[in-house]
Parts: sequence; C-alpha cells; structure tokens
Amino acid sequence: MKRCVLFFSILFVLASCSSSNNDDVYTPTPVSLNIPEIFALRLIDPVIPTSNPLTEEGIALGKRLFFDKRLSGDNSQACVSCHSPRKSFTDNVQFSIGIDGVPGTRNSMPLFNLAWNFNERFAWDGKELSLERQAFEPVKNPVEMHANWTQVAQKLQQDSQYPNLFLQAFGTSTIDSTLITKAIAQFERTLISGNSKFDQYLLGNIQLTTQELNGFNVFMREDKGDCFHCHGNENNPLWTDNDFHNNGLDAIFTDFGLGAVTGDPNDNGKFRTPSLRNLAFTAPYMHDGRFATLDEVINFYSEGLQNSPTIDPLMKSVNQGGVQLSAQDKADLKAFLLSLSDNDFINNPDFN
Amino acid sequence: MKKIIPFLILVLLISCSKNNDITVNPVSVQFSFNHNWQGTEVTSADFNDLKFTNENGETLSIERLRYVVSDIVFTHESGVVTTFNEHKLIDVTNDDLSFSTTNQLLPGNYTSVTIRFGLGDDYNIDGAYTDLNSANFNVPSLLGGGYHYMQFDGTYLDSNSQEQPFNYHAIRAVSITDPNNPVFQDTSFTISLGSVVVGENTTIKINADLYEWFSNPNLWDLNVLNTVLMPIFDAQVMMSANGATVFSLDQVTQ
Repeated sequence: MKRCVLFFSILFVLASCSSSNNDDVYTPTPVSLNIPEIFALRLIDPVIPTSNPLTEEGIALGKRLFFDKRLSGDNSQACVSCHSPRKSFTDNVQFSIGIDGVPGTRNSMPLFNLAWNFNERFAWDGKELSLERQAFEPVKNPVEMHANWTQVAQKLQQDSQYPNLFLQAFGTSTIDSTLITKAIAQFERTLISGNSKFDQYLLGNIQLTTQELNGFNVFMREDKGDCFHCHGNENNPLWTDNDFHNNGLDAIFTDFGLGAVTGDPNDNGKFRTPSLRNLAFTAPYMHDGRFATLDEVINFYSEGLQNSPTIDPLMKSVNQGGVQLSAQDKADLKAFLLSLSDNDFINNPDFN
Repeated sequence: MKKIIPFLILVLLISCSKNNDITVNPVSVQFSFNHNWQGTEVTSADFNDLKFTNENGETLSIERLRYVVSDIVFTHESGVVTTFNEHKLIDVTNDDLSFSTTNQLLPGNYTSVTIRFGLGDDYNIDGAYTDLNSANFNVPSLLGGGYHYMQFDGTYLDSNSQEQPFNYHAIRAVSITDPNNPVFQDTSFTISLGSVVVGENTTIKINADLYEWFSNPNLWDLNVLNTVLMPIFDAQVMMSANGATVFSLDQVTQ
C-alpha cells in the first residue's frame, strides 16, 4: 500500500509541474463567430472544422491573403478581384475574366454565411467538399488565377512579413498551400450577412411595407411563387437550402453541373441553390449569369421554365411554362426579395 | 505533501472498492427504417426511375423522400408510461434512416411501443426546432406554420404518358377557406410497434411500404391529386388515413 501511495504521489507531483512547460508554446487567440441573433435563434450551429479553428491571427492572415494579388500567376489578380466586398463578394459580370484574359464558364458566386452550408458542398456544382478545398481551386485554375501553388508559397515565403504572420497563426513560418487555404477559409467564415431589412422585421424592430409583405406572401404560397421549398423562409433565414436542383433553365444542357461531378446522369443540370440575400448587389443571376436583372429572373420562374429529364418535381408548373404570376405579384415579390439585402454587410470595414 | 497522501488514499480506496450490487443503467433505443414497394426493397438507389406502379395504375418515380417521426411512447409491463418528446427527420434521399433516442429508459419488458408519424399539435411549434429549420422543413405561417410531416416528390406518367411532377407533402390539415378563421386538424398518427423487450443494445426496425400511401383506404389518383396539396384539407386527411398501413414492425434486434 505504501508503494502504491508513493507511486501516485510522485505521478501527481510530476503532472502538476509539467504544466509550466506550456508557457513557451505560442498559441493563437481563439475567436468565436459573431452569430446574428436571428441565426442563433433558428439555426443549428455553424460548421467550424476542428482541423481549422478560428483564430484572430488566422482570420487576419486570411483577409490579407484574400486581397493579395501574388496568389495569381502574374501577380495581377487576388481573390477579391472576382469577389468584391461591395458586391457581396461577387462581381457584376456574367463571367469573370482570368489573368490570361480568358472568361470562365460560371458566374462568380457571392460569399457569405458559408459556415452555415451544413453539408459542405461548395461551388455551383458542389465539387468542393470543404471551404478549404474550395479556396485551393481558383489559384491553380488556368482560366482564373492560373498560378502554381508551389510558386505562390515561395513568393509569400520571401515576403518580409508573411513568415511571421504564418508563425503567429499556425505556429510555423513555413508557408504552403494548405496553410494559405486554411487562413483564407477562416476569413471567409467570418463573412456573415444577417442584418437585412427583413432580419430587422423578424426581430420586431421595424415594419415592412405592404408591398414587401405581399411579396413575402407570394414567396410562401404553394399555389403562387412556391419559392420557399428551395429558398428558405422566416425560420430558415439563410434563404437557401444549399441543396442541388434543376430549376428548369434549359431543355438541353451545355453545363451538367452536379452531374459532371457525381457522374450520375440524374444529377445533370443541377446546381446549388443560391441564397436570396443581397440580390441588390449580386447581378447577374444564375450559375451562368444569364439574367441581368431580378425582373428577368422572376419572369423566368413565371413563364420561362424549360422541361428536361432531371427537372425538379418542385418545378411543378413547368408544363404551363411557370407559376404564372400577375404583374402585381411580380412587383411585390421583387420588393420582398430586395428586403433581404444587407447594406451593413457590404459596408463592413472588417471585410474591406 | 502530507495533505495529498490522505486524499490519494481515499481515491485509491474508492477505486478499489467492490460493489456487488447490480446496477441497471438507462439506455437509448435505436430506431431504423427500411422502405419497400409491396415487399420489394426501396433505397435511394432506386430513385429517379419510373419503376413503380401504384394501385391506380400510374407509373411513377421517387425523387425525394423525407419525413419526421416523433413522440415515442414506451408502456412498461408495470403500467408505467415513458414518453420521449423528441423527433428525427428520416431522409431517405440521403440514406439517413436510423437514430438512437436522445432520452433514455430502463431496460425491461414493454407491452407497447409507439412512435408518431409527423408532429402532434402540441409539439408542432412554428420555428421551434433548429434542426428542422436548418433542413428547410417548415410550413408557411399562412398554413398554420410548424413543419412538414413528409416531403415525397417524384414524377408520374399521366393518361397521355407524359411525365408530370407530384409533391405528396403531408402537413397538419388546414382549411383557409376563411383566412381569418382557419380550421386545423392534427393529421399526424401513431405507429404501433407492439411489445418490445428493451435491452442494452436494442434496435427496433420498422418497415414502410410506400405503395400504401397511394392505395389504402383511399385509392390515390395522381392525375387528380398531384401538386399543391398542402392547402387542401381533404387531401391531408386522406394522406393521414393511408399512412395508417404504411408502417409496421419488421423486427427487434438486441
């Protein structure tokens, strides 16, 4: 018994003393997301991977990298070139032009509320299975930033400040693509939009106009707009289901979307539902930016649907061309949709 | 150090003590759902294919199927009733077909176990459940709010052999003929699973014959009732009646 007590006593003392060794280990400062009240009340927790926790240093580094043109092959473009804060982190052209003057084939997606994409399929076609992986792709894409990741890391390694910033964020001054994309993903997770006019209405702080309320009614009625089955509602204020649908854009596909990723022909023509937040800033619309205005989008759902083998059954009015909204319904719906735009988000100094 | 030694001795004595009493710990119960069409297994791999024929003769495909179950009630042989006020979204499209109860109960012989399809009125509270909100399973407030019971989407061949969509969406029945005085009817229903012996690792497997949604007691004509069913009171009552024969106990495993 004496030996047993002695053994445990020594173990206890050693364990108590060992903590002093941790004083020399630098740890970045943990950060919690600033979750909008309406999200905290109605949604499950955002997705923060344990392999890339948010830190002050990581987010600051990610922001710096997001704006740094050295991530492109010829140092002419940064992430922000196609994802402008003032435009809800997209641009206003149908297809962004890469560093070689070549246009892409998809419209630049707005970036916000990315931590609430619960199934973590990113991009229009869902090909990126995490935000970190998504950040990896545009840098090496030949029609976008057309860079070599090894060379990008070398450029940053030679910078006078970056090695120390990576040391502060990740505990190493050796820069590589994994840490670069981790930092960018951390910054992107802080891009939170939750303060639109409609959010304030839901919190009871302001009133909507009669037209906006009528438009919300059109949005929520199954026998009118029936938008809510894919685009959320007052209890899902993301205004997207983050799922993939063929919404009837084309009878014949030139872009297979999710189908090209999964190889399943049943997924052909399916694209991720975009959020309806910030539509005031994000024209043109759809995965290929085919609609220049919100009016064109509403007209499409009202009268312009195209049938195809994979069209979603929720597009129930396809054989009538669409949901056949009146001119008044269209105007009301547009007014409601614009109430989802968040001026505080695009003017947030933390993002500019 | 002198103060530590008595503490360590106490810890050791507690650790070393033997207790011959048999401790019965509460357990969770797992529920698992399998789906079939008149006995032929249906999984998400069978979706998007016009391979099913309903009793009315319409050929149909399934493209999305998810439903919520809740309100699990265990009646012990002693007569004690234990109710779990919890829910789970069963998502056949994404192969999310089973769950372990969040609440726990003591192992034993239970003469009756029931689980509810949908959400009973007392539980069907608008916006109350963050998981269902996040899954976009809500019902518009102008239809009384709360949540869908089921979203069952697909296509069928109409009398001209043209492919048409159907949205067999089950919710609490509501009549808004007079929008200022809506009439509601709780159309969720209980699924009786009979007697179950609950042990440490019990799984209750439930079969769902999807054919029954279209056949019994109401022969379902998709040419008549196909989309925009949420606001149709009588359609919701019919779905509820047909649901009574959809679910049955498959087996209980320990």
